[in-house]
This record gives sequence, C-alpha cells and structure tokens, in this order.
Amino acid sequence: MNRHFSVRSKHLATRHRFEVIFKWFGRISIFLALGFLVLMLAIIANMGAGALQQTRIALDVPLLQEGFDINYLDEADYDGLIKSALRQRFPDATSRSQKRQLNNLLSIEAPFTLKKYVLKNPDTIGSTARLWFIASDDVDLFFKGSIELAPEGNAGRLISEAVAWVNELKAAQAIKTVFNFNFFTGGDSREPELAGIFSALVGTALSLLICLAISFPIGVLSAIYLEEFVAKNRWSDFVEINITNLAAVPSIVFGILGLTIFINGFGLPRSSPLVGGMVLALMTLPTIIIASRAALRSVPISIRHAAIGLGATPIQTIFHHVTPLAMPAMLTGAIIGMARALGETAPLLMIGMVAFIVDVPDSIFSPATALPVQIFLWADSPERAFLEKASAAIIVLVVFLIIMNLSAIILRQKFQKKFCKNNF
Amino acid sequence: MNIKTAGFLKNSFSSRNRLREKAIYIILIASSLVAVGTTAGIILSLVFEAARFFTLVPITDFLFGLNWSPQTAIRADQIGSSGSFGALPLITGTLLISAIAMFVAAPLGLAAAIYLSEYASASQRSIIKPLLEILAGIPSVVYGFFAALVIAPFIRMSGSGFGLEIASQSALAAGLAMGIMIVPLISSLSDDVINAVPTALKDASLGMGATRSETIIHIILPGASSGIAGSMLLAASTAIGETMIVVMAAGLAANLTANPLDAVTTITAQIVALLTGDQEFDSAKTLSAFALGLLLFCVTLALNSIAHKIVKNYRVKYE
Repeated sequence: MNRHFSVRSKHLATRHRFEVIFKWFGRISIFLALGFLVLMLAIIANMGAGALQQTRIALDVPLLQEGFDINYLDEADYDGLIKSALRQRFPDATSRSQKRQLNNLLSIEAPFTLKKYVLKNPDTIGSTARLWFIASDDVDLFFKGSIELAPEGNAGRLISEAVAWVNELKAAQAIKTVFNFNFFTGGDSREPELAGIFSALVGTALSLLICLAISFPIGVLSAIYLEEFVAKNRWSDFVEINITNLAAVPSIVFGILGLTIFINGFGLPRSSPLVGGMVLALMTLPTIIIASRAALRSVPISIRHAAIGLGATPIQTIFHHVTPLAMPAMLTGAIIGMARALGETAPLLMIGMVAFIVDVPDSIFSPATALPVQIFLWADSPERAFLEKASAAIIVLVVFLIIMNLSAIILRQKFQKKFCKNNF
Repeated sequence: MNIKTAGFLKNSFSSRNRLREKAIYIILIASSLVAVGTTAGIILSLVFEAARFFTLVPITDFLFGLNWSPQTAIRADQIGSSGSFGALPLITGTLLISAIAMFVAAPLGLAAAIYLSEYASASQRSIIKPLLEILAGIPSVVYGFFAALVIAPFIRMSGSGFGLEIASQSALAAGLAMGIMIVPLISSLSDDVINAVPTALKDASLGMGATRSETIIHIILPGASSGIAGSMLLAASTAIGETMIVVMAAGLAANLTANPLDAVTTITAQIVALLTGDQEFDSAKTLSAFALGLLLFCVTLALNSIAHKIVKNYRVKYE
C-alpha cells in the first residue's frame, strides 16, 4: 500500500474507460464460469436424453401347438421361436453374418418377454402373438439417430442389410420408442439396452443413510463439546487444527483409510454400503462440525443466560435450549455435507464399490455400487450405448444435487431471517 | 411428606442427574475424539504401509527416480527386483495439471470475487452466489466425464486443424475442467478476504477521487494480498488432491514432460490404478500406492497449514 501512484498523468476519460473495462472483466469471468456450467449440463443432457427412450420392435411370433408341452411351459424353446419368427419376417437374411445380425436386432431379453407372455396367456398357444420386444443397443442408437449412416450404407455395427430391415420396420410402423422405465427400475447389465440405475441408487441411498447416521450425531456432539464446554487451551487448539486439516484432506486418502482400517483391519465386507457409508461419514464429519459450530455460535448468549438463571444445568441449557435453536443451521450443514458425499467417487473406488452389480443390494453388507461410480464405470465402457446411460445418470445425479443444495440455501435464508426479525 | 424425605428424594434425583450429565459429558468428549482418531488412522495406515514399501524400494529412488512402471513385477520372487518406482514423472504430471487448472481458475475466480464484492448489487449477488455454489457442488466425476468425452476430443480436433499431434488424454483437457471446478472455491474464499478489508481504507481512497477500479487495484488488492494468496494455496491443494477428473481424462501414461498437449499421469490417478481390483498387500506394486498416498497427504497438509496460517494472520491484521 506504500506504493505511490499518480493519476495526474492520466486523463479522466482514460481512467473511466479503464473502469468500464475492469467492471466488464469481472462480469465476463462470472459469465464464463456459469456459461461453462450451463454448456456442460446442456451437452450432457443432450447426450443423455436418448437413454430415456427405449426402442421397441413389433414381431409376430407364431406359437405353434407342437412347440409347447402344456405342463412344462417354461421349458419351451423361446429363443428358437424368436429366431424363427425373425427369419420369417426377413427371409432375405441368408449368409452367416446376416443371420447373426438378424438375431441381434432384438435384445437378448426378448425370449424372456415372450416366455412371460406365454406363461400369462397360455390360451394363445396355437395362434400368432404380436409383441413389442426391446431392440438391441445398435438398433436403438440407430433408430434414435445417435449413430449416423456411413456412406457405405452401414451404421456403426449394423451392416447395410440390417439398416434396410430397420427402415422396413419403420415403414411398416413396427418400430417405435417408448419411455424407458427400465432405466429407473433396472440394475446394471452387460447389455446397454437393459442397463438401469436402480441398484446404484439403492447403493447410494444405503451408503448415505449410514453416512448421515454416523456423521450427524458425532458431528453435532463434537461441535457442542468444542463450542460450549471446552476451555480454550492447547488441546482445543489441537482438535480445531485437526478438524480444519481433515476438511482439506483429499478424498482419495479417506478411501485408503477405509481400505486399510475398515476392510483389512476390521475385516468388514468389501464393496459394501456399510464401509462406503463409514468412509463418507469420516469425510463429511469436518463439514458438519464446522457448520454446527457456526450454528451454535449464532445462537444469542441471552438464551444461555436465561436457562442458567432459571436453574438449568449446562447440559440442560445446551440440549434443551441452544441446540434446538441451532438445529436448522446444523441441518443445512448436514445437507451440504450429504450433497458432497452423494457425488463422491474416488474413496468408493478404493473400497471396491466398483464391482459389476446387477442385483439390488438387500442389506448394508452385500456388495453394492453407487450412482457416481456407476457413471464412472459406464463412461469407461467401450460400448457407445453406455455413454448415453452415463449421461442420463449424470443428469439424475445433478438433479438430486441441485435439489439438496437449493433446500440448504432456502433453509439457511429462512434461518437467518428468523434471528434478525426477533433480534434477541 | 416431611422435609427430610423430600430432601432425600431431591438428593437422589440430583445425584442420578449428575451421573447422567457426566455420561453425556463423556459422550461429548468421545465424539470430538473421532476427528482426532480419523487423522491418527490416516497417518498410521499411510506410514505403516509406506514404511513397508520403503524397505523394498529406497526412499531416494522413489522421490527422485525418473521412471515409473510399477506393472513389471510378474512373479512373486521378483518383487522389488523389477518394476521401477520413480515418482518424479507423477509429481511433475500432478504439478502440470494443477498449474493449468490454477492458470484458468485464478484470474476467473479472483475477477468473479472482485465483481461480486465490489460491483454487484445485492440482488445480483443473491442470484450469482447460489449459482456459483451449484457449480462448486457438481461432483468431480461429472467434470471428468465432460473432460474425457467432450473437451479432450475437441482439443484433439482443433489441434489437428493446426497440424498438431495431441494425445487423446492430454493434460490440457484435465487441467481446463479442473480449473473450472475450482473457480467457485477461489471466488468464495477471495470474496471473504476482500470483504475483510476495512471499509475505512476503501472510503478514504474513493474520497480522494480514485475510481472504483483504482481503489480495488491500489488499495483493496494489496491489502488483501496475503489472504488471496492463502485462498490460492487452498485451491492449489484441492487441485493436487483431485482424483476423478485425472483418472478419467488424464490417463495412466507416466511421461516426464512439461508439454500440456502430452498425456501425463498424476499421483491420485496412479493410486486409483494400483488399488482398484485385486491387491496383494505384500507386493511393492500395491504398497507403492501407500507411499504415493503419504506423499499426497504430506503435500496437501503442508499447503493447507501454510494457507490457514496466512489467512489467520491476515484476519488478525484487520481486527
């Protein structure tokens, strides 16, 4: 500040012009940062919009009487029925590669769809069933326009004959897109057209519940101790520095901690939401402690004086009077902590929550994955159709995060107003 | 009920109460110990496993070796005799990507903070601040996805337009995404320190006829410089510890280079590569991850401690 600067040499107009430029520099910076956010989310939403649509193909499957034994309906050759129905529909498939491509028009799920239909309607045996089957990922991408037609006539992995078949189906109105419920209700799958986020969502929900159950009480209690009971001395300084540093430890280091102590040390099950939740809890703990301490500090001292004056013990004062008033702000901190835990990926990779999980985890001990890890796995996959799924999963994740952050912001604003209005 | 019994009842109640209060007090202390225990757990797990690694590979080879290829140990009896664990390419890779990130984030974040604290109206602030918070709340896996699948191909394409050969997993793509990610961190920290500069200084400058921008450049920024330096250090430490962006967009090629268009790898990306999947806890390959973790922990801890000290001193200056 002891630097001298002279304004005499400059014209007032120059100085004002600089002022305008300087102001715009700030505006442009904010615009760039927020513009990037909007651009990124828009591009990802555009990439992922397709995952909400599922392509279905209508196929007439002749259910001949001789193919079924009425007592053993679930042992019939449904796969063969589908294949022959396809050959009947497109008799021009003769070469080996054409036949393979023909069988690849429908998802491998098609025989199960047929089986379910027959078991439900056994009286249709003998007639021809027209069913809408889920299309394979290649057909799905081509029909939704995610893959362009190459000059040679093929589209991605679809050979030119298959492109012609899809066009023929389109002309016959035997192909359509429906809303992809499976994306929200299904688990992960090797087949992109069948993959869904439900098992990952359950894994995330279980981990976050454990995280909240551990970190919220511990965080609030340690905040109460540090803010209300401990005298300012070396020990409290040590704990305080500890917490600030813990808040800045890279998340992957918490993953290493979980791997060595919880899994190798305590022998807790690998890949389980229990360990995931515990690691996330340790990570969110500093956030919650810092927010809770600020919340306790904002409660007016007159509340404490009044309670003590009426004969309450210090513990009663804190638990009956101060903490309830600080609770909204503490909850805000908890929501922000949970939002961060929701998007956290690296520590979960360390504790093995990257496994290929089809089933919905049924307990906190069973192997699970989490939504951000699922995004990472799909983004890493060579199959193009998985990119669409990853983008859609990102949109789901971001929607959750925005809801959590907004509710935290709203809660905070309400809380601030309350103390200002009453003005203790 | 006579006075004596009432006194007895009261006494028993309060002693039970006192016991309960004592129990609650102990629970409070125990809770506050969890944070300390976590730090202890981190240090112990890193130091023990890293010490085992350093019995296999000398610490000097680890810190100053120029070659990183941990994958070469094939047979059990070859452990330690093969594979090279020179962390220098990882350190330079980490620094390169963090430097790119800071190069993007420092001017943007600082300018945003200046605008928000000095120019923006209250209503503008009430809109922009939550939006920046949302930007800060987007998980790094999303930035990593965007860097790997949109930014990197875009850089590669525009590079080939100029006849440049750019790696598909360039340091630039990861650094750019990371830079945008830490803009809100820098802007919110700098916003705080700028607001801590006494209004008297500002008013004096404005009163002497300086324009707003002159006041900011000659009075506020020099006054807040140490606080801003602290927030930059905190942001740099975040960039060094960031994992998902580099895992997804920077790849695993350990190149000793300062060219942002080359592929580099980082400490965090290598830890993920070494510790995901099946591990053997007695091989140098797995143990090297703990040495890297220890290195990462020490560097970020040092940066944070310095940053916190600077910011604390800064606050004292204006109190």
